[in-house]
Amino acid sequence: MGAIKRVSGPLVIAKEMLGSNMYDVVKVGNSGLIGEIIQLKGDDAVIQVYEDTTGIRPGEKVVSTGFPLSVELGPGILGGIYDGIQRPLSAIEKKSGTFISKGIVVEALDKKKKWQFVAEKEIKKGSHVKPGTILGHVQETDLIKHYIMVPNHVEGTIKSIKSGTFTVEDTIAEVESKGKSTKLTMMQRRAVRIQSPSKNKFRSSEALITGQRVIDTLFPVAKGGTAAVPGPFGSGKTVIQQQLAKWSDADVIVYVGCGERGNEMTDVLTEFPQLKDPKSGKPLMERTILVANTSNMPVAAREASIYCGITIAEYFRDMGYNVAVMADSTSRWAEAMREMSARLEEMPGEEGYPAYLPKRLAEYYERSGKVETLNGKVGSITIIGAVSPAGGDITEPVSQGTLKVVKTFWALDKALADQRHFPAINWLLSYSLYLDPLEEWYVKNVGEDFVKNRKEAMRLLQREAELKDIVQLVGEDALPDSERIILTIGRMLREDYLRQSAFDDIDTFTSLKKQAVMLSAMLHFARSASDAIAKGVPIDRVVKMSVRAEISRMKSIKESEADDTGKKINDHINSEFIALLKEEAQEAKE
Amino acid sequence: MKFETEYKTIESVAGPLVIVGKVGNAGYNEIVNIRMANGELRLGQVLDTSEKYAVVQVFGRTDGINIDKTSVSFLGETFKVGVGSDMLGRIFDGQGRPLDVKASISYEDKRDINGEPINPVARQMPSDFIETGISSIDGLFTLVRGQKLPIFSGSGLPHNEIAAQITRQASVKNQSEAFAVVFAGIGLMNDDAAYFINEFRKTGALSRTVAFINLANDASIERILTPRLALTTAEFLAYEKGMHVLVILTDMTNYAEALRELSSAREEVPGRRGYPGYMYTDLASIYERAGVVKGKKGSITQLPIVTMPSDDVTHPIPDLTGYITEGQVYVSRQLKNRGVYPPITPLGSLSRLMNNGIGAGKTREDHRGVADQLYGAYARAQDAKSLSSIVGAEALSESDKLYLKFGDEFEKRFLGQGFYEKRTIEETLSIGWDLLSMLPETELTRVKEEYVKKYYKKK
Repeated sequence: MGAIKRVSGPLVIAKEMLGSNMYDVVKVGNSGLIGEIIQLKGDDAVIQVYEDTTGIRPGEKVVSTGFPLSVELGPGILGGIYDGIQRPLSAIEKKSGTFISKGIVVEALDKKKKWQFVAEKEIKKGSHVKPGTILGHVQETDLIKHYIMVPNHVEGTIKSIKSGTFTVEDTIAEVESKGKSTKLTMMQRRAVRIQSPSKNKFRSSEALITGQRVIDTLFPVAKGGTAAVPGPFGSGKTVIQQQLAKWSDADVIVYVGCGERGNEMTDVLTEFPQLKDPKSGKPLMERTILVANTSNMPVAAREASIYCGITIAEYFRDMGYNVAVMADSTSRWAEAMREMSARLEEMPGEEGYPAYLPKRLAEYYERSGKVETLNGKVGSITIIGAVSPAGGDITEPVSQGTLKVVKTFWALDKALADQRHFPAINWLLSYSLYLDPLEEWYVKNVGEDFVKNRKEAMRLLQREAELKDIVQLVGEDALPDSERIILTIGRMLREDYLRQSAFDDIDTFTSLKKQAVMLSAMLHFARSASDAIAKGVPIDRVVKMSVRAEISRMKSIKESEADDTGKKINDHINSEFIALLKEEAQEAKE
Repeated sequence: MKFETEYKTIESVAGPLVIVGKVGNAGYNEIVNIRMANGELRLGQVLDTSEKYAVVQVFGRTDGINIDKTSVSFLGETFKVGVGSDMLGRIFDGQGRPLDVKASISYEDKRDINGEPINPVARQMPSDFIETGISSIDGLFTLVRGQKLPIFSGSGLPHNEIAAQITRQASVKNQSEAFAVVFAGIGLMNDDAAYFINEFRKTGALSRTVAFINLANDASIERILTPRLALTTAEFLAYEKGMHVLVILTDMTNYAEALRELSSAREEVPGRRGYPGYMYTDLASIYERAGVVKGKKGSITQLPIVTMPSDDVTHPIPDLTGYITEGQVYVSRQLKNRGVYPPITPLGSLSRLMNNGIGAGKTREDHRGVADQLYGAYARAQDAKSLSSIVGAEALSESDKLYLKFGDEFEKRFLGQGFYEKRTIEETLSIGWDLLSMLPETELTRVKEEYVKKYYKKK
């Protein structure tokens, strides 16, 4: 036990702390605030405190718990809403009401609730078990079977195991190793700063389907991949993150609200329980875990929230699930690091951020990936990090440190947001390095045409941008019809394909199948139009074609009708162009 | 009375900071009394405490502090302020002392000015439409109860008038619930402060207003306190007295500058443009105190005013503010120069909570569509305008000419209105349809067809 020597904001220096470990969790002061040791200097320990330190005085006691910062993992975690150090916010509300008081101690998991545990058939007395071995499962929600695994430090022979109804603290199995017996419960603790081990890491080869056209078609992220969304305020970062949390086809979603708005979290909290999974029709909350540390909650816990989220994700990955982590926003985490670093009087790197910022960012994103777990299953973690660059300028250290490690970059564009083009992902600046590794997957699952069409669409958009530069100087009339049609097609692609409303019941999610239908119709129109113009049809007549309205309405057509509508539109395109060409030929004769 | 030790151990004074030696057990954020040689008391707060010394930030001036003669006593508590309904109609200085000479105030409670963070699960999604009577705000970026919507302005622009007009006119449809204004003047020039007080007095709003005024020549450190005093009072009125409170914070730029001054006095590593790295967190601790919470009748709506240095929105103050608040309203110099009042521009302005507060039953079914269409058409008019400056108005296409005309009319009739003109949302939407009806019906793709049929005014 030690005593406080100095308090400066969230930073506390304690003396007589010899014997504690780096990153041990400590209870600070008479009110027992939770903190973590981040430096040891001889007898002294430097502690970052996860709660407001107001009123704490030198001389008050500091007690080390002897454990690193950990999360509790077990049944009851799904649908949970936690603060940055995994305290359930609703339990805090029960204790302290509307506002979060200091020094509140609440359990992360409900220790009284009973769960139906079903032991695996193959695991019986005498079975040899290793870290990660699946002992059995609990059907925690309709969507997710919660597998109970042997904790990462236990190995031995099963002495006993039983199915039945248990709390997370009841013994479900006993493991014997070298004459020593360990009791296992359905709950385990994992230190948040340590990456959970796995057997193998693979290259990602399957796309994370998000239902967002600009992402799935042009800039996909792979399951087990990484993506960054940097953008200034008002460019729609949070809406994109929320859309992905709602619609992406991961099995489990961990949403970390790190230093963001309180009302945004409330929005998620009120909306998610009402949303249904498009595949199963079950509430999305059943596969979601929220970690919310809003901007006015203690700053040090922001850092913890990021790690808390990824550790929960690893736990579900180890069960063989595809997990997606949304971190909104990683800049707030970096700023928290900067604040602690400044208080530690470390030599600052770029823009005051600590020199270890790029390393921390890289380490974090490295916890993503598709792996073979210790128990032989295959699971993945996809990390999608929002970045909030100061002034929207992505030359700053957090954006740069992130872009160096992530493979997908969705560049949010203020100008697009100002035009109310959402998602405001700029198609010329964004990139996805998964396009090539995923090509085979796309060919197999969506079709070769789709891959071709995607490349064609990208080429047209690029060409449109070049032509627009020229138009700025000389006016549209100066261009030949063969180029003016590209402007029209570009506009169709932008407005009727890339643009997508998150608030429209149908438009909010587009399946890959429907995306393929829409894109194919648009490009069919594009090719036919270029053909017709080459044959001398004036552009005005092409622009006025009635089938264009049908194409632009495709986004609001139900998934179930997409195929039929696509065929119908293709027929209309054909018939309308044939008619146009005939008329043209007629007029030419006259 | 509790026993207080007086320390005569000041070791150094630098800027607003005093280092007191041999203290040993001062509490972090504890409040101190600084007794000058002549008996005058000044207030301070502990910023850093250790076994050997305490760093105290003085709220007020540091002139006259004497290393030999000035003594410091630690009060054992954090900065608390008296709160009560009695405060309505009264004017206080930036430290919460009454400025007027009316009767004494009976406080009902004493509260820590830093408040505590609202638990996100205890929040309720803001969804009550506030009718400000200003078409641009009501129509295009609607304010809702519990929102924090800053006004991004610049020096010389009429943001004070806009704030005064909103304060005078704001009401919630079909509801006559207790309503109060808490005004925090931060680093205000005396005539600006007088302007607001006068406006409140003229319209009778003063009786339901609590004003805290820190003037430009008051100690800048006091500016750290002023918004917090205001919000602590607002929280009491909202959550204990069930009032709907509109909090006006002007000017947050002065607040941020005081923060920078303090940070530099503490010799901290500066962040962008010398502002401290924790400014985001600090601003959030102010802005996040807006909201509606479950089980309480009242609410806090914030209208902070930020004057952007050299109209630059990427400056750290508006930038960080924009990352925290739920939208922003831009005041435009161009519109002002063109004689439009209020010169609020739709370009860049946004209300993130708008969708929760509008639509059938709240404003009108066609509201979203009209807002989108007006915005789209106005943006298109801007394109036409920049094109015409290159190729000349003659060379514009018919449709561009039409949009150009639309843009002018929109600025004149929709954005522009009188300082004392209060428009209902129906009037606002009706003007909107007048303008949209200048365009061919087929151009209105952002409004649902049924509403176009219902509201489009055929010539």
